[in-house]
Amino acid sequence: MTDTVLDIRGLHVRFQTPSGDVHAVKGVDIAVGRGETVAIVGESGSGKSQTMMAVMGLLAANGRATGSARYGDRELIGLPLREINRVRGSELTMIFQEPMTSLDPLYTVGRQIAEPLMHHAGLSARQARERAVELLRLVQIPEPERRVDSYPYELSGGQRQRVMIAMALSCNPKLLIADEPTTALDVTIQAQILELLADLKARTGLSIAFITHDLGIVRRFADRVYVMRTGEVVEEGRVAEIFATPKHPYTRMLLEAEPTGRKEPPPIDAPVLLEGRDVNVTFKLGGGFLAGAPIEIKAVNGVSLALHAGQTIGIVGESGSGKSTLGRALLRLNHGVGQIRFENHDISTADRAGMRKHRRQLQLVFQDPFGSLSPRMTAGQIVTEGLLVHEPQLSAADRDRRAVEALREVGLDPASRNRYPHEFSGGQRQRIAIARAMILKPKVVVLDEPTSALDRSVQKQIVDLLRHLQEKHGLAYLFISHDLAVVRALSDHIMVMKNGKVVEEGPTDAIFDAPREAYTRQLMAAALGGKVAA
Amino acid sequence: MTAGGGEAGEPGYPLEFGLMAEFHTEQVVHMFRFVLRRLLSAIPTVFIVVTISFFMMRLAPGGPFNLERPLEPQVLAALNKTYLLDQPLVVQYWHYLKNVLQGDFGPSFIYRDYTVSELILQALPYSLVLGSWALLIAVVGGVAVGTYAALRQNSAFDYAVMSVATLGITIPNFVLGPVLSLVFAVILGWVPAGGWGDGGFRELVLPVLALALPQLAVFARLTRGAMLESLRADHVRTARAYGLPARSVVVTHALRSALMPVVSYLGPTAASVLTGSVVVETIFSLPGVGRYFVLGALNRDYTLVMGTVVLISLFIVVFNLIVDVLYAVIDPRVRYE
Repeated sequence: MTDTVLDIRGLHVRFQTPSGDVHAVKGVDIAVGRGETVAIVGESGSGKSQTMMAVMGLLAANGRATGSARYGDRELIGLPLREINRVRGSELTMIFQEPMTSLDPLYTVGRQIAEPLMHHAGLSARQARERAVELLRLVQIPEPERRVDSYPYELSGGQRQRVMIAMALSCNPKLLIADEPTTALDVTIQAQILELLADLKARTGLSIAFITHDLGIVRRFADRVYVMRTGEVVEEGRVAEIFATPKHPYTRMLLEAEPTGRKEPPPIDAPVLLEGRDVNVTFKLGGGFLAGAPIEIKAVNGVSLALHAGQTIGIVGESGSGKSTLGRALLRLNHGVGQIRFENHDISTADRAGMRKHRRQLQLVFQDPFGSLSPRMTAGQIVTEGLLVHEPQLSAADRDRRAVEALREVGLDPASRNRYPHEFSGGQRQRIAIARAMILKPKVVVLDEPTSALDRSVQKQIVDLLRHLQEKHGLAYLFISHDLAVVRALSDHIMVMKNGKVVEEGPTDAIFDAPREAYTRQLMAAALGGKVAA
Repeated sequence: MTAGGGEAGEPGYPLEFGLMAEFHTEQVVHMFRFVLRRLLSAIPTVFIVVTISFFMMRLAPGGPFNLERPLEPQVLAALNKTYLLDQPLVVQYWHYLKNVLQGDFGPSFIYRDYTVSELILQALPYSLVLGSWALLIAVVGGVAVGTYAALRQNSAFDYAVMSVATLGITIPNFVLGPVLSLVFAVILGWVPAGGWGDGGFRELVLPVLALALPQLAVFARLTRGAMLESLRADHVRTARAYGLPARSVVVTHALRSALMPVVSYLGPTAASVLTGSVVVETIFSLPGVGRYFVLGALNRDYTLVMGTVVLISLFIVVFNLIVDVLYAVIDPRVRYE
């Protein structure tokens, strides 16, 4: 390749840790051509981000890079700080995964965009401000003259990522490194950001190195792809080739990891287990002494649903749509109002004691497998904690036996029950969280984004596990997710939520094949749609 | 804290990025109202402090006229009558409140010819001068040392500074003061061992250091901890990724957010350092407020103790308010409406 912007050869990254060196990147070769979009794909821990961090000189203090990364005729690895500061931020720029925290919360966005302009391009404060407004217009921020004086907390996640892109483009860079720039965003916002990047690339001839775990994005967005696994590039090639004829088994596994299959609907005469009628949840914001009346926010606005035995209702929506709040209201875990019936008992007015006898039948699995398990308890203790409340007559030996059963059922080695959560991977932790619910033999399980924090290949395993458990025990699931592919594979009825209301609902295939509402179509297009014009 | 934000002529973008949030007129009005509200709510606070201190003081055994050489009963009775000490406690309390509301803190029981107000107003300037220097050195030194240690985490400098800081926090100033005095005044004879003199460098350096060093150690540790966290923050990584000079990365982006815990600690510390240190003023025989507090308490000089209590609680109220305003100055997300 003659026209190469960035040429990485034999790059190694090692981290010194108290338990010995960690070899995170093992001799990687990656080249990015002029005007090319190169995707670097891999699951967590594959070294894809650290490769680019090493190029940018951003490794953590205990990290060390060896090998070569040439930008033009400059060798970036081992460049002194002063030298690399001339290149990064002006010719090589980067945007990050976390739009919420990547901008300094204490300065206006205009000032943050202006800073590299003044530093690299030598613009005066006034010129830099004018250029910042232009850049905000370029990344399609509404009212750029006003927004230039906004603080990051006044902007949404998508807008913040646009500000980051504006900052990245400020000095007309040659190469933009995008480290999972859309992962933290809702699908419709994700699609907008990708479209924006594609458009900017077409206009400026920018090269993009796109780090992602999402093969859907790769297919739509990239020209060439490198597949990384445990610090090595296992396969590289043109996107079309890789998707058509993947050679490496790991690439094939990644491609097949897209959740597939459909759920068999429950029998028509299956009884209704959990029913909510006109459920409302209202939050009050502000208010108090000398501050006037609080603002009321209707998080859930008049939603009704009936969940039958053996059925899965998928609740789909973007952040802030009220889907999790609805799930909690149905389990009486927040201050929702409306009629809620479980197995023909009206539980909408039951107090804590009254709910207790139903609680074991109504279980909940959370999104974050890291935060939802107590770090001070062993897996066995976590799994059996519910038994202490609901089956207090059990002896310690009985509980231990039940823990073994439950862990085996979710596909974990029962011998690991004396280990603590931090010794498990994300997928294993989610299995522990599922075992904690299953051990109580529930009838209804609310699954609140149980797969969203997991890699695709792990996601698929969890989806298979959930499906298996449902068939075996006839469980009813309320499956809350923003991930349409997973929802489709698991649900037989879907409710699309937006701003606290149900926009559309119906059988899974009907919703996916013939969505009636514009919002549903938009959601589908963003999540599963075709290639963005690049 | 360094220079401020928007300067005249260049709206919003001075070349030197300061540490202050930019304010709109509306926010200044909100802030002003907030300050007023807080000052109003300070009235009940001070009232409660006065009430509790008044009754606790009287619960302690003894009284202002229980001297080693007992007074004649008639003299004692006359004195008690003059100072209303023969009245029921509630009546005394009522009188005291009424006078305090009129700004009259009463006569001192021990320093017969002075009112409490006179004594405190006379002593306060000494404590303020001493405390201001100590506070300045503690904050500036502590923040600088803590920042540097965080930048050189796990280096020899870091370990040395943190060990010394731990020592500084654990060694009380009633040990530090005499040691400083012994070494620099008695053995080396560079400075006088005590007394205010003309309030110059030679007289003040030891008491200021004795007062400042333990606080400097605390500020250094606080700053180091906060800086370690903030240097790892995503937005600091962004600043580095955009090739900004080290000064901008460290001061503009990392230090500003790290200042929050420092400012929190600043409030109560400033109040206690400025209202006089009992120990340091005693060791170096300085005529500050701190001394009166102890002498007053030991002699059961009810009015003098009450006067210092009111003074200290006012300082605490005011400095906590200043801290809250500083929060909003540092962090635009903090708004008082």
